[in-house]
Amino acid sequence: MINKTVKNAKEAVADIPSDCTVMMGGFGLSGIPENCISALLEKDITGLTIISNNAGVDNFGIGLLLQKKMVKKMVSSYVGENSEFERQLLEGELEVDLIPQGTLAERVRAGGAGIPAFFTPAGVGTEVADGKETREFDGKIYLMERWLRADFSIVKAWKGDTAGNLIFKGTARNFNPIMATAGKICIAEVEELVEAGQLNPNEIHTPGIYVQRIFQGENYEKRIEQRTVSK
Amino acid sequence: MLSKDQIAQRIAKEVKNGQYINLGIGIPTLVANYIPESLEVVLQSENGLLGIGPFPTEDQIDPDLINAGKQTVTMAKGSALFNSAESFAMIRGGHVHLTILGAMEVSENGDIANWKIPGKMVKGMGGAMDLVASADNIIVAMQHCSRDGESKLLKECSLPITGRRCVKKIVTDLAVIEIDPDGGFVLKERAPGVSVEEIKEKTAGKLIINGEVPEMAFD
Repeated sequence: MINKTVKNAKEAVADIPSDCTVMMGGFGLSGIPENCISALLEKDITGLTIISNNAGVDNFGIGLLLQKKMVKKMVSSYVGENSEFERQLLEGELEVDLIPQGTLAERVRAGGAGIPAFFTPAGVGTEVADGKETREFDGKIYLMERWLRADFSIVKAWKGDTAGNLIFKGTARNFNPIMATAGKICIAEVEELVEAGQLNPNEIHTPGIYVQRIFQGENYEKRIEQRTVSK
Repeated sequence: MLSKDQIAQRIAKEVKNGQYINLGIGIPTLVANYIPESLEVVLQSENGLLGIGPFPTEDQIDPDLINAGKQTVTMAKGSALFNSAESFAMIRGGHVHLTILGAMEVSENGDIANWKIPGKMVKGMGGAMDLVASADNIIVAMQHCSRDGESKLLKECSLPITGRRCVKKIVTDLAVIEIDPDGGFVLKERAPGVSVEEIKEKTAGKLIINGEVPEMAFD
């Protein structure tokens, strides 16, 4: 089996240049590629277009890339937890494409699946539909949306093997499996990396064909945004 | 007028046995606390969990288990996990029976605005547009008026739209209202101690009153 292992995050992101498009997995702070984000912060690059559901919080996750002014444009569905982001957006310092979460998910899925366009009811009659084709199917209006693809997609998984197969845990899964398919180069950081053959093929969520580089990450903070306990 | 918890409590009475339900952030999340134990329902979380359980105890907290509002949760018995494309296929494909979400404005023909205040608040729409475009049954939880006393039940929404002609029922701190298919807010119930007159005054859109309007019952 092909071995896709790289040493660490630094090696994994070494060739990511300025001005490229990068997809990042995660919902809120759950399932974000913490090690790769730290490694990107060490690089002297700017002008990134980042496709990710959220923008992290002010001082963690993608928020750190925003703080360091590395990001030219965000494509996201919700940025509410990050006041620095909201400020940059309202002041015109940052380009933002806010798209419905389901549309974002499906555009990414379509990108990895070779479907250049599809129709969805989400956003019909709203500003999301501006400038886009609509069509009626069976008596209901739908909006045409295009696939989304990236130069790099960076995903976080629970377990992976040297062939690039990935297994996710809990709600840390979210956008990671689909983004893995839609980046020209997919980088996967995992909590536990094993030899090909150790994972049960029945249990694999993302087949290794989509993954170009994999490494075992370390020191995951797994910060919690809203620590909520039952009374 | 009702508190947020009481609005949630009243909405919980709309829940039927066997439903798959999506609860938005804010007041809608509180609805889960008031669903009778005797009803079997399943709560869907747009970030990839079917079967949201109660909030965890301190030692049950798992950072890899959160809901759409980024709160830590547990999983109910019989739950399932999946990715975001799968989650919205479930939503868009009409498999979720009931969607409960908040609103800034609702219009008398059922338009809803709840994602942006231009120049002031641009948090993004998240899953709201997908949910309102696909669900059969949409119940809105909201305050009847803004903090400045302006009605949020309007002839037409002034804020950027989330979805058109999709809201079926609204529960505010003052009333339970159904949207008339031909346009108009049909007043179904008043909050305890709230008069029809007060509701009329605070509803900018067309208010339809058919006979006597009962007070909400909280058993």
